[in-house]
Amino acid sequence: MEHYAALLSFGEGGWGRSIASGVLVTISLALATLPFGLLIGFFIAVGQQSKEPSLRLAASIYTTVFRGLPELLTLFLVYFGAQIGLQKVVAMLGIDATIEINSFAAGMLALGVVFSSYASEVFLSAFRAIPAGQYEAGYAIGLSNWLTMRKIILPQLVRIALPGLANLWMVLLKDTSLISVIGLADILRQTGVAARVTKEAFLFFGTACLLYLILAIISSFFITRIENWAYQSQDTEKERA
Amino acid sequence: MTMTGNTTAPAAETVLRPPALPHPWTGTRVVGYALVGLWLALFIGLAIYLYNSWRIDLFETYAPKYWSGLQTTLILVAISSLLGALVSIPIAIAGLSKNRFWHAISTGYVYFFRGTPLLAQTFLIYYGLGSLRPQMQELGLWFFFRDAWNCAILAFTLNTAAYQAEILRGAIKSVSIGQWEGAAALGLPTRVTFWKVILPQALIVALRPYGNELILLLKGSAIVAIITIYDLMGETRRAYARTFDFQTYLWAAVIYFVMVELIRNLWNWIERRLTRHLVR
Repeated sequence: MEHYAALLSFGEGGWGRSIASGVLVTISLALATLPFGLLIGFFIAVGQQSKEPSLRLAASIYTTVFRGLPELLTLFLVYFGAQIGLQKVVAMLGIDATIEINSFAAGMLALGVVFSSYASEVFLSAFRAIPAGQYEAGYAIGLSNWLTMRKIILPQLVRIALPGLANLWMVLLKDTSLISVIGLADILRQTGVAARVTKEAFLFFGTACLLYLILAIISSFFITRIENWAYQSQDTEKERA
Repeated sequence: MTMTGNTTAPAAETVLRPPALPHPWTGTRVVGYALVGLWLALFIGLAIYLYNSWRIDLFETYAPKYWSGLQTTLILVAISSLLGALVSIPIAIAGLSKNRFWHAISTGYVYFFRGTPLLAQTFLIYYGLGSLRPQMQELGLWFFFRDAWNCAILAFTLNTAAYQAEILRGAIKSVSIGQWEGAAALGLPTRVTFWKVILPQALIVALRPYGNELILLLKGSAIVAIITIYDLMGETRRAYARTFDFQTYLWAAVIYFVMVELIRNLWNWIERRLTRHLVR
């Protein structure tokens, strides 16, 4: 037992420090992907419910393609594809250099497009749950398109989309583990290195699973707080009624 | 009645067509056309790239390998989703049980397998249990855990069982309590009520999530390539490592995409077929 504690400790001969840095990498990758994925997902959803058929087509091609490819393959396509593409561009410019893509950036891009294509479906169904009367009321009191969206539709949209987005956040957190395959030092990579060196694979991969569980528990704590924040306006309405 | 057909059809030349609706080039329309054009260019570019980089020697070497990889992927998904469906039944029943102990066990199982990445679970089973070789040999389980294929099947089965148990549990709970009461009022025993009244309704609710889970499993199966199984992704990685030709990955993307779309459309068809009686 002491042997295991020493292996996981932060001191000399312990792997605690390197695993902790892996946790930080996992969290920062997930957090960096989130705003980018949410933003694209929102615009894809706006495109999908547009009156213009060509825009709907373009948006639905996006979601179909990125929901139809395995996440790992998307990651490889981005990682190797961008590398080869940039290499060709550089060669065309006559510069002799080898390009290496940052695995963090590649991971962010790959996870971001996957996240956004799922998020757009969540946003889309939330958009459909808002009755047309809400838009009409906004226009009737003289609000512009943009103001109607921001002041009337968005607050309701967030409330409806929140459970779906919370689910996607959990999926994103788990999908970050795939980035360990292209060499980013996340939780799984660091525990994997420790497992190979110490031959205590069960201990370290068990630790990795526990860390992901802890991250999920911490996330659900924050999600509950965000839900409370999103529903606070409704609570006051109930109190008044 | 007999006259209506004639009176509503006046002579053709007197009909005035309504003016054509205005169809201006608005901003959204320009953006939409541009984006569709971009996709079109991308797909045509992909087709031209794949056509130009076609080499018969590569095809002859790697096509059979891709085919065997594809079969491995499909067998893995089929076996683990079916076994997962079996395992999910007791977990779902435990989750619905009023007994605290069973409920906690089911919740814990589902929480663990849905809260951790499939890749980490696969590593835990393959490398983790593999590192406990002496203990495994003592228990006589070593022959099973020695093989990456068995470990992959086990990891995928346990993982999908957790998701399928949640689907099943949610679907059974979604059937209204009145259905149970109605059956009880008719004097049906609980077992018959469950099999003949509740389950058929629950499975229709569960149909779509089951399809999604199958697609997720198919896509997730790509990770077994990392534990040295040569599924479609594994063969792709091997081909890329030998040729450094990017088209290996593009072909894999095309094959995965076609598979996912086939399952999706098949599932839509099954759903339409099975819910005919619900369409009004």
